[in-house]
Amino acid sequence: MSISVSTTVNGDAVDFICNPEESLLDALRGRLGLTGSKEGCGTGDCGACSVTLNGRLVCSCLVLAVEAEGAEIGTVEGLASADRLHPLQQAFLDHAALQCGVCTPGILVAAKALLEKNPDPSDEDVRYWLAGNLCRCTGYDKIVRAVQSAAAQMRSA
Amino acid sequence: MVKVLLWGSMRTHTEGRAEVEVEARTFKEVLDKLAEAYPGLRPQIERGVSMALDGRIYREAWFAPVGPDSEVVLMPYMTGG
Amino acid sequence: MAFDSHQKREFKQVGTRPPRPDGIDKVTGRALYGADVSAPGMLTARILRSPHPHAKIVAIDTSEAAALPGVKGIVTGADFALPDDEFFADIAVNVMARDKALYDGHAVAAVAAISPAVAAEALKRIKVTYEVLPHVTDVDAAMRADAPVVQPGRAVETVPAGMGANVTHFCEFGHGDVADGFAKADLVVERSFRTAATHQGYIEPHACLASMTADGKADLWCCTQGQFNVRTICATLLGIEASQLRVSASEIGGGFGGKTTVFIEPVALALSRKTGKPVKLVMTRDEVFKATGPTVSTSIDVKIGMTKDGRITAGEAVLRYSGGAYPCGTVDMGAQAAFAAYDLAAVRTTGWNALTNRPKEAAYRAPGAPQAIYAVESVVDELCLALKLDPLDVRIRNAARKGTKSSYGPTFDDIGLLATLEAAKAHPHYTAPLKPGQARGLSCGFWFNFGGNTCVSLNVNTDGTVGVTEGNPDIGGSRASISLMAAEELGIEYDKVRTIIADTSSLGYNDVTDGSRVTFSVGLATIKAARDAIGKMCGRAAKIWGIDEDAVEWRDGAAHPAGPNAGQFPPMTLAEIAAVSFQTGGPIAGHHEVNVDGAGVSFGVHLVDLEVDSETGATKVLRYTVFQDAGRAVHPDYVEGQMQGGAVQGIGWALNEEYIYGRDGRLQNAGFLDYRVPVASDLPPIDTVILEIPNPGHPYGVRGVGETPIVPPLAAISNAVSRAIGVRMQELPMSPPRILKTIRAARA
Repeated sequence: MSISVSTTVNGDAVDFICNPEESLLDALRGRLGLTGSKEGCGTGDCGACSVTLNGRLVCSCLVLAVEAEGAEIGTVEGLASADRLHPLQQAFLDHAALQCGVCTPGILVAAKALLEKNPDPSDEDVRYWLAGNLCRCTGYDKIVRAVQSAAAQMRSA
Repeated sequence: MVKVLLWGSMRTHTEGRAEVEVEARTFKEVLDKLAEAYPGLRPQIERGVSMALDGRIYREAWFAPVGPDSEVVLMPYMTGG
Repeated sequence: MAFDSHQKREFKQVGTRPPRPDGIDKVTGRALYGADVSAPGMLTARILRSPHPHAKIVAIDTSEAAALPGVKGIVTGADFALPDDEFFADIAVNVMARDKALYDGHAVAAVAAISPAVAAEALKRIKVTYEVLPHVTDVDAAMRADAPVVQPGRAVETVPAGMGANVTHFCEFGHGDVADGFAKADLVVERSFRTAATHQGYIEPHACLASMTADGKADLWCCTQGQFNVRTICATLLGIEASQLRVSASEIGGGFGGKTTVFIEPVALALSRKTGKPVKLVMTRDEVFKATGPTVSTSIDVKIGMTKDGRITAGEAVLRYSGGAYPCGTVDMGAQAAFAAYDLAAVRTTGWNALTNRPKEAAYRAPGAPQAIYAVESVVDELCLALKLDPLDVRIRNAARKGTKSSYGPTFDDIGLLATLEAAKAHPHYTAPLKPGQARGLSCGFWFNFGGNTCVSLNVNTDGTVGVTEGNPDIGGSRASISLMAAEELGIEYDKVRTIIADTSSLGYNDVTDGSRVTFSVGLATIKAARDAIGKMCGRAAKIWGIDEDAVEWRDGAAHPAGPNAGQFPPMTLAEIAAVSFQTGGPIAGHHEVNVDGAGVSFGVHLVDLEVDSETGATKVLRYTVFQDAGRAVHPDYVEGQMQGGAVQGIGWALNEEYIYGRDGRLQNAGFLDYRVPVASDLPPIDTVILEIPNPGHPYGVRGVGETPIVPPLAAISNAVSRAIGVRMQELPMSPPRILKTIRAARA
């Protein structure tokens, strides 16, 4: 059985067909070709598939694709505008906050959701907010610095 | 003659000697002469040995020159992560 | 090979922190990793795995699965060649079991189907008849004569007669008279330790896309630390020629040693050959834990003697490692590295490897060293406590230095241990006051570092830009470092250089990205390739000027007439020479191919402050500083990144991470929920102090960096925890239940 889903991804209206058991992550990657969101575990433990669903941060591997019906989805592909990186993206480059980069899309989406709720987080706030996003390369030090740098820049903008 | 220092578990095949002497001018000749003089070392040499020559580790360099005063230490061939 | 004698030169680019060339792709989601590509008409593959830790495979009936609509092909062990060479044969059998399943998760069959759902359904319909055998997962138990035999007849000739059948490997290192050394000591401490197997925990599961045609031509896209190694292994297992298999390395989502071999790639190729279609195969996280390559698990005895004034008189260690169900030589490296930080008159280490019903070990950052050095550094700390000596002073007093006969044989050249220890002692962290309940620990760490086979091409484009083509997957920013070194040598701007990683058909062989070799070896080959191109550019300028080629020198990115011709012609820049290259003889390129030696060893010292909650057994790391001799730091951001990342992996190893096997021999925690890697909220900032003691074996003094930082955290944390609770911890990880048990046992 296939189900038709109409949704909005990064501001664009899109339709896709999926199986009822398919995850939102599979639909994003497989049906829509948005491979920026990664599958690190498939069980909601690593955060590499983080997206926003109607503004709420979720692991897209734990959301059914059919739940996207009528919703607004935000993924890493929607962070930058055509000519300008999001301040978080720029800060991650400036602070060398990535090594292999596979966790980076999920961390960027999660950090953006944090700064929307709390524009002036403490380091501890950042560390606890990102506790669901595993990074195995960096030890998180440069990630926390990059998020704080972006937050400061966004506050002064 | 070149003095070659072996690691402990090679000594069972060199009549207990930790250091042996061979006539050799290169890493390859060291290995060939060792295998000739001590056939029991051949399996280890075939599995792979590195050579520390005056403190610098060579993993495969057949033609690395070995002088009579060189410090030559054999080590197991190593891999990293 | 001639090395530069002018390492003290002033660098213009090396040592700066420009943005990495792959950065924007990685922050926008555009970078393509293993699982991110598809091919028209491709099939999806899944692997059926043994639920038993040890079982004879009596029969495999695939008929029902094959009959399922949408199933296009099934392979079992019979579809792969069994090479004569033991190295390849073990990989072949690990990739797909033959007569026996050797561990929980061992692959027994694989299916390619039109969709993931059909492939999953097909797996359920494959009927495997097992005869379950007794199993063993503990290294000490496996060494006993009465242990279940994992594989018979695998001992190498160094193993003495009379050992248990699972013992495959024996080694011994050291010098001097240890008995005499212990007799000279005022205090001798002897302790036993155990460390759990851990996993590299890369966030990207193994993934590949294989396409093979009936005439034997094949293309393979995969996440790997070494595409050339993948080609060699896959070609051998599939019985095809290397030239017919082109392997492209995707962007790699972490490896740390775990992607230096193959697990699924030959399976995908075999299925593609069988079905005539492209086949995509992606591991689940469960599969990654069960069936890729964790570290060895270990059991270690250490004995060290010390005088009252802190001189170590002798050291001895017995290491028992298990690299899983296949012979494993990792204990060699542990036995050599155990006492590398010390200048000892008497030292002896012996190492054993035993087979267990666990997955085949793969490399993980400084393989074999963290466990051995953890045990040694724990005993050194205990001696310091007992003799009331400052642990840094003791290490400085006994530190290996230039001229020390190392514990593994060779005499050390210039090494940075002493400078690193002194930097730690001078750092404010070491003297910062501790609050009640807090404790400080420290440990040294060491890794050999490697060079290896390296091939680089450097192309000078007619617009004055440069392309560097290298063959080592970039696992942590190496493309930026390679571009920096090319720009430095050529004398052009960093952003005029673009470094790419070639597939196996586009460049000569390169060893895998391992042994902390890439910035060192690829950097060296890039510098030499640049010099090759510079020689050619000077030749073109000489022709243009009508002077002798030897009378041209290269500096600041331009050819200059030199000697008697100095000043006679205006210099020609790289861009000017490149612009007329078609008219002066054709395209300009530099090459260098070499099996690099001369990687300098690397030492680090870590300092940690922490506190232990005596009610829950939980440890909170409060402050952490890494000191390391990095040689010349080409791109300091990524040197720091290696030091921080390695330290945190070591912290995870020390406190939480472990493979937990049940009595049934099955892995109980094959997921990130139960195999707990450090998360951001577990950690403080990781401070770094880079020491730059140039490596005489590299034109710019570069030393490998990536592996040493995982070594010290195990003992640094254990020493701090032991000091905090007043009891010596002797097992890793120091998870809360284990710490509580230790505290309660000590109180009882």
